[in-house]
Amino acid sequence: MIAISDIFVAAFALIGTFFSLVTALGLIRLPDLYTRAHAASKSATLGVMSILISVIIYFVAEDGFFSSRVLLGIFFVLITAPIGGHLIARAAYYSDVPLWKGSVQDDLAKNPEHVNPKKRSTRK
Amino acid sequence: MKSPMKKHTNDVILESSTTFITFIIFLFAVYLFFAGHYTPGGGFIGGLVTASALVLVLLAFDIQTLRQILPVDYKQMTAIGMLISVLTASGALLFNVPFFTHAHDYFNLPLFGKTSLHTAMLFDLGVYLVVVGVTMTIIQTIGESD
Repeated sequence: MIAISDIFVAAFALIGTFFSLVTALGLIRLPDLYTRAHAASKSATLGVMSILISVIIYFVAEDGFFSSRVLLGIFFVLITAPIGGHLIARAAYYSDVPLWKGSVQDDLAKNPEHVNPKKRSTRK
Repeated sequence: MKSPMKKHTNDVILESSTTFITFIIFLFAVYLFFAGHYTPGGGFIGGLVTASALVLVLLAFDIQTLRQILPVDYKQMTAIGMLISVLTASGALLFNVPFFTHAHDYFNLPLFGKTSLHTAMLFDLGVYLVVVGVTMTIIQTIGESD
């Protein structure tokens, strides 16, 4: 017999693993650091959050135990993972990691308050 | 947060997220500390998580800011923690039982109702203070040396 909660548990776990796989593929396939940071911070956050939602539903349905720690974990990952991605990308930009050659826009290079504004090489 | 040192970078996102993430981490550390008797957790891991919250403040701001927020000497904190642990363990000698014998009883607290209070928690409080003190002493000493 399959309960409705089982379907939700399986669905969220599959969504989470799918997005984690997408993250890994994006880290391998994308050309430069900024696009990789985009892949790693967005879809990994969604993947981990889906898996944790699946964990919450599983324990509520199976044991009747609502784990507030997992809820706190979802909230925490939601806040911190994008900030981590932002800080990594910013640190890379300020240490002059080149953009991918197909990039068309670099507004921060025009900023006069840019820290140590070296000439940016976009590798033609 | 104007420090005398020149600070070029505009860390608004890191600083404003740190201000409330630190409270979540600290809350989780307190939870781990009190949950240690029946579930995984305890003084050691609670102290480490607290130290990690303080290190996050140290990363987002600087060492003067942390001193302003929490003006404690971590070496004294270590000493007080050791003292609490030793006194808890030797308090058993007053009741003519072996060293380190713990006692527990049920009390009716005003807000919590019937609660089991255990002297092992006092020992754990000492462990907690020692872990926070030692970790922060190590990190601040390394961070200050030029």
